[in-house]
Amino acid sequence: MATIVKSYEPTFWDKLYLPALMRGLIVTFRHFFRKNVTIQYPDQKHIPPEGYRGLHRLNKYPEGRIKCVACEMCSAACPADCIHIIPGPSPWDGGKERYPVRFDIDLLRCIFCGFCEMACPEEAIELTEIYDFSDYTRDDLVIDKEGLLEVYDLTKDQNYYTKKNLSKASSVNTSIDT
Amino acid sequence: MDLLGFTIILVKVLVVFAATMLGVLVMIYAERRVSAFMQDRVGPNRVGPKGVLQPIADGIKFLMKEDLVPEKVDKPIFILAPAILLIPALMTFAVIPFGSSINLFGREIALQVADVNVGVLYILALTSISVYGIVLAGWSSNNKYSLLGGLRSSAQLISYELAMGLAVVSIILLAGSLRLNDIITDQQGSFFSWNIFRQPLAFLIFLIAVYAETNRLPFDLSEAEQELVGGYHTEYSSMKFAMFFMAEYANMITAAALTVTLFFGGWDVPLLDEGSLGLFGTLLSVLSFLLKMAFFLFLFIWVRWTFPRFRYDQLMRLGWKVMLPLALFNIFLTAGYLTLKALG
Repeated sequence: MATIVKSYEPTFWDKLYLPALMRGLIVTFRHFFRKNVTIQYPDQKHIPPEGYRGLHRLNKYPEGRIKCVACEMCSAACPADCIHIIPGPSPWDGGKERYPVRFDIDLLRCIFCGFCEMACPEEAIELTEIYDFSDYTRDDLVIDKEGLLEVYDLTKDQNYYTKKNLSKASSVNTSIDT
Repeated sequence: MDLLGFTIILVKVLVVFAATMLGVLVMIYAERRVSAFMQDRVGPNRVGPKGVLQPIADGIKFLMKEDLVPEKVDKPIFILAPAILLIPALMTFAVIPFGSSINLFGREIALQVADVNVGVLYILALTSISVYGIVLAGWSSNNKYSLLGGLRSSAQLISYELAMGLAVVSIILLAGSLRLNDIITDQQGSFFSWNIFRQPLAFLIFLIAVYAETNRLPFDLSEAEQELVGGYHTEYSSMKFAMFFMAEYANMITAAALTVTLFFGGWDVPLLDEGSLGLFGTLLSVLSFLLKMAFFLFLFIWVRWTFPRFRYDQLMRLGWKVMLPLALFNIFLTAGYLTLKALG
């Protein structure tokens, strides 16, 4: 069906441009009083939505034992090939015999796709809401098992960014002491 | 001239100079802050309470920066150009009365540095000189972008200064004098004796031309960051660059003051006789002048963050085909009205 497109013919009022200019001024004037949208980053922190895929953590059982059984499903699923696990016999009694001796994640290779947490049969590896974990060297951005467990302690209450002592929490130690 | 008279003039010069420079600082802060608010941002808020010391920090930064003079520039003109721009910008305020007179040491002191009897002409002349600064800066930089900026600026000035001058002519016709004090006296009385109500068309033309004159958006074609890098000040750095900036803001302050003087009764407080209130009346008149000026300075910023830049041909068309005929028409109307009135 054909439609008749009427071309825009400016009226005399339109050609004056002044009413349009006034409308433009009013728009910016309204914005002048609007609440600003800035988040003053180091002082105020953006709280990511639920399901945000940030820094990894390794979960623990309530008694403190690591959930991971070093099955290496996560490193197999990892498209960036950034998870490196050295398995070993578990030092704890009962049930699970394997545990990771080393569990390193190269955060510079990681693409934060979340495949590792989907692949994990033990719900041991999870991505947290932490997004600010920059560092100065490449080595410092390889996080080891101790670091990942520390991240669990920081994030288990789901209040990493709402906590009062932000200054302390804002420094995640991702470096491996060698 | 006696010593007291000399001292008074010296103090007035210093006060006006200091006030203008302070105004420049305030404007730099206000521009950044207001623009931020209009874009729902915060703006500078770290240096000092609410960021009020930001312009000082900027100034220190400019002083500390390396003053680079490119190899192939025309050196004397390159160095002179910022001064040619800044000095007239600071000089123009001299003739603008910023308050009614004040009685001190047994004599009446007008709150105005120089009561020139061709005040309007003086201002128009000086603002035209300042454009030489831009043109020379563009030319001496030996840079195609700078040259284009300077060229645009001169073309813009020719087309807008005409309309602006003609708009002012109708005011001069009404007041019968080129002296700014006479123009203010002419507007005293009620609200409706202000020239904005008597000459709305002249006000509109004048306002638009003032934006072109001060190279502010929507007429900042001589800078035009998106197409000309930095326009005429592309090659400038350090304090020379800062001088261009100071000149721009000083020009804005003078332009706002001139708009207030010509169309909003200057320091006139409507429905009030300032002279009968003594010192309080004088203070009131200065306050009224500053408030009106502040509004126009805000308008400068407000307009900058609202309207996009004109294209070059649009700018020329507006200047020559719209504003010039309108200004001539307005003179015709005013002159006709005055003639009829004179005939009785």
